[in-house]
Amino acid sequence: MALDKAAVRKIARLARIRVAEEELDGLAVELSNILTFVEQLGEVDTAGVEPMTSVVAMTLPRRADAVTDGNTADKVLVNAPEGTGNFFAVPKVVE
Amino acid sequence: MTTLTDLSMAEARDGLRARKYSAKELAEAHVAAVERIKPLNAFITATPERALAAAAEADRRLARGEERAMEGLPLAIKDLFCTEGVLTTAASHILDGFKPPYESTVTANLWRAGALMLGKANLDEFAMGSSNMTSHYGPVESPWRRKGDNRALVPGGSSGGSAAAVAARAALGATGTDTGGSIRQPAAFCGIVGMKPTYGRCSRWGIVAFASSLDQAGPLTRNVRDAAIMLGAMAGHDPKDSTSVDTPVPDYEMALTGDIRGLRIGIPREYRMDGMNPEIERLWEQGKAWLRDAGAEPVDISLPHTKYALPTYYIVAPAEASSNLARYDGVRYGLRVPGRTLDEMYENTRAAGFGKEVRRRVMIGTYVLSAGYYDAYYNKARQIRTLIARDFDRAFKVCDAILTPTAPSAAFALGEKMDDPIAMYLNDVFTVPASLAGLPAISVPAGLSGDGLPLGLHLIGRAFDEAGVLKIAHVLERAADFRARP
Repeated sequence: MALDKAAVRKIARLARIRVAEEELDGLAVELSNILTFVEQLGEVDTAGVEPMTSVVAMTLPRRADAVTDGNTADKVLVNAPEGTGNFFAVPKVVE
Repeated sequence: MTTLTDLSMAEARDGLRARKYSAKELAEAHVAAVERIKPLNAFITATPERALAAAAEADRRLARGEERAMEGLPLAIKDLFCTEGVLTTAASHILDGFKPPYESTVTANLWRAGALMLGKANLDEFAMGSSNMTSHYGPVESPWRRKGDNRALVPGGSSGGSAAAVAARAALGATGTDTGGSIRQPAAFCGIVGMKPTYGRCSRWGIVAFASSLDQAGPLTRNVRDAAIMLGAMAGHDPKDSTSVDTPVPDYEMALTGDIRGLRIGIPREYRMDGMNPEIERLWEQGKAWLRDAGAEPVDISLPHTKYALPTYYIVAPAEASSNLARYDGVRYGLRVPGRTLDEMYENTRAAGFGKEVRRRVMIGTYVLSAGYYDAYYNKARQIRTLIARDFDRAFKVCDAILTPTAPSAAFALGEKMDDPIAMYLNDVFTVPASLAGLPAISVPAGLSGDGLPLGLHLIGRAFDEAGVLKIAHVLERAADFRARP
């Protein structure tokens, strides 16, 4: 499938990555080549085949629904580019 | 007289216990070697003080006779493992300055076994690559050169810094992670052993995630015995990783009996590809002959969906990557590039923070998971993944392990194959199927190419049969008697 400029712009938006207008054409070619490569999967008859959810045959373990740690706000915030008190700070979202 | 950096891990362990040298001397020799190989750019961060402090503790334990399985053995740690208080970058600009307040389970297991850390090894950004060219910290050079050609070569990837450090004798071993071949291909390129265990054998907790259904940690070492020692220390059940399997870890060193008589070695016909490099084909034939001479029985097998493994991988892995990498948004850690709104801040941060290959994969992943395309791409790939796993299930009814080449060529030069992502992806053509099926696999250095570069052979085993894989690899290693050095 060949992606056009508008499609690439939309994907970039969904991925929350700013892409400069002059890069869109080049990316459209690159991404289209990869999609063409993966589209050979269309040859395979997969009717009735279960999509893989777990590569190892196991049932997910359960655990008690209990609080096992906490009160580590300082550790959680230690790498934040911007914090204030016990919070992460971001640009204003509500007017 | 061998220098301390030439020792294998097993020799160093035994030498420390016999008081031939101290852990301090062993650590100092390796700290100096890390410094000496700086031009290879194999490390993003060196931690010499930490290594020497841990060596002092190792010497105290050795003196008391309380040594642990890997007491005093110096390692390189791929910079994808979170290490408490030590810069952890995933070789990405977007993790600028990130010092995790916690330790990954695998590295914690290694420290609990007495090993010590020399530094954090360079890699492809977020482990996405087969050349180590995509690192924000610059490419790694292989210690190897072609005969009569001084051009710098890639160490392979993504665990390229790990492989280069071990091959250059700057570490006794290194941790790697393997999503589609990222331990095995660099091991083959650098002439060392690299093992990807079964999915679920090593905890993924605290490893920067790329594609969670495929990522596995494993060892890179200079021989099979060392791989057995190191895997034994890394592996084990971890309640913090819900896909970590609660099954006992055998003593892998005990598995190296040298006796493979009667084992059936599958030779998959679909791996013999059109236009296959004749050197690689000859080495594969040679490997088959070595195993036959040791009493194993080669059997022809078929893995019919082999040709669909790479395209399946290049849907599944980017899809998972696009989800995993959504967390890098400039809010909680790493880089932040300001914007007028929250969305603009996200977009600016991610544009500046991700390199080209990462951006490409996140965008492909976003597309194949988006409304209207999810079934056609992502679900189709998951169905074919089921078929690929079934191929292996069937094959293991008639064989005990599978022998293939590790990579389609020897190492290439820095900067080659950069224009065509798909040419780069083809590096993993022999390693990706076992990744999709979650199976244990190992690369063993087995010979040299015409221009003097290492080539690897690849063994794939049944799920959780790392012991069986190591046993056969050990026999293969003895037969190949690979002694070439960079």
